[in-house]
Amino acid sequence: MTNVANKQMICDVLMQAAKTDKDIVVLCSDSRGSASATPFAKAFPEQFVEVGIAEQDLVGIAAGMARCGKRTFPMSPACFITARSYEQCKVDVAYSHTNVKLIGISGGVSYGALGMSHHSAQDIACMSSIPGMRVYLPSDCHQTKKLMEVLVKDLEPAYIRVGRNAVPEVYSEDNCPFEMDKATVIQQGSDVALIACGEMVLYAKQAADILKAQGISAYVLDMYCVKPLDTAAVIKAASETKAVVTIEEHSPFGGMGSMVAQVVAANCPRKVLTLALPDTPVITGTSLEVFKHYGLTGDGIAAKAKELLNA
Amino acid sequence: MNLSKLAYQLRRDVVDMIVAGKGGHIGGDMSVMEVLVTLYFHEMNVTPENFATGQHDHFVMSKGHSVEALYAVLAAKGFFPRERVMKEFSQFGSPFIGHPNNKLPGIEMNSGALGHGLPVAVGMALAERINGSPNRVYVVMGDGEQAEGSVWEGAMSGANYKLGNLCAILDRNRLQISGSTEDVMALENLKAKWTAFGWNVIDVADGNSVAQLQDAFAAAKACTNQPSLVLANTVKGKGSSVMENKASWHHHVPNAEEYAHIMADLKQHEEEA
Repeated sequence: MTNVANKQMICDVLMQAAKTDKDIVVLCSDSRGSASATPFAKAFPEQFVEVGIAEQDLVGIAAGMARCGKRTFPMSPACFITARSYEQCKVDVAYSHTNVKLIGISGGVSYGALGMSHHSAQDIACMSSIPGMRVYLPSDCHQTKKLMEVLVKDLEPAYIRVGRNAVPEVYSEDNCPFEMDKATVIQQGSDVALIACGEMVLYAKQAADILKAQGISAYVLDMYCVKPLDTAAVIKAASETKAVVTIEEHSPFGGMGSMVAQVVAANCPRKVLTLALPDTPVITGTSLEVFKHYGLTGDGIAAKAKELLNA
Repeated sequence: MNLSKLAYQLRRDVVDMIVAGKGGHIGGDMSVMEVLVTLYFHEMNVTPENFATGQHDHFVMSKGHSVEALYAVLAAKGFFPRERVMKEFSQFGSPFIGHPNNKLPGIEMNSGALGHGLPVAVGMALAERINGSPNRVYVVMGDGEQAEGSVWEGAMSGANYKLGNLCAILDRNRLQISGSTEDVMALENLKAKWTAFGWNVIDVADGNSVAQLQDAFAAAKACTNQPSLVLANTVKGKGSSVMENKASWHHHVPNAEEYAHIMADLKQHEEEA
């Protein structure tokens, strides 16, 4: 277990980049503490903009600054930056093609007991359906670092969703294979493909271990690049296995699972089971308690995969 | 150059554009014309040449539905051929769509959804201040648009950051699609509201007067420690009795009879200007 939350890693990369790139600007909506951006604000006051609790203004200002040469990183809870500011993300960022990297912190059910107002189980669906918007859900701090090191340099809009707390490592500092917009194959397998994104990758990996003990070979794919989805990797994983299970911290509608199912259906038909949060306000609890309750941890995923193979 | 004459001449281009394209927001085009002409031909440092370098004053058309007026002004300024926009406006596959888009030269930000322009302009003004640039930022909003909450988020941040390089213009034509702004959602007292939000409000009695607008923009420029709001009291449908002060002309397309009457009125105004 590492103590570095993905959002902390984002700020670490931005602080490193901001030393030499004076055009990097971080913007917060009274969210610098939750975004782990306080050190950035202190170290680079000229490259930090506070907009107050005004997420539409946050994204609009970020777009305007980007139009005038800045590389902007608005950081705000995923629930607000993708829902309250949705039209700004669509029009001012994607449609106007401004170099804004929208950072959604404390995504999914990270805020646990705070309730549905603070959960973002719709963000993959809504952000992915905007033309020109890329969507990334890195799984751990090492992958987050690699991803951000590319994103601080490129010129296209993107949405990056990370959780609130530090999560166990999927990779290590020395071993984190990463190619931009290519899913990472965590392990090859021949019975079932487990395709996950964000914090669910860890549990997909755990499920693969459980299945292995039961004689089932799982292919595990880390689809951090939800859009552009790595369709070649999906087709390969599905083609080499008998069934596909997708796992995501998202609504069952319009998420990564829906996209994978479209690709599999069109290219190499297999049964696809999309594991996700339910279409209802989720039960009160910590992220782990919620995941366990809905069968989104290793045991639950393994059981569903086995059931699917036996069906 | 007589900018008042130019405004009436460009109004005729707008009418032709809308008739050929079979649609457009004619009432607001007419009310905002002097604002745009004064900005592009008197106030702003922006040309097709410096636009390509990125070093110029910035403009955001927050009331994006008045794009026909913007197209006419940009064409007159040389950003693209007048003949092209007159022929292609709203046609299949055309880049000259019914709201500004930055695939066209001269346009920086896409708009159309109301309440977006001011926050974007605040961002531009902040960036240019950080850049140490003399470039100023101008944004034109509609009055119906003032009901959008994001306008006031932008108002707060513009004042918070004391953006003296930012000038917003409010095209106060008093009508929106459903009728009088005061009947749809009462906006007054706009001067008091913007003043309370920390803006330098410049009340322009006749927002269709080039001379009054020139004075207002000079006053805005002189105010360096807070953003300015030019409250331009304009006439919707300005230029012909057929259209003036009629909410139904928000996006009406003139028929042949109306067209003849409007064009004659505009021609006469142009001669008298």
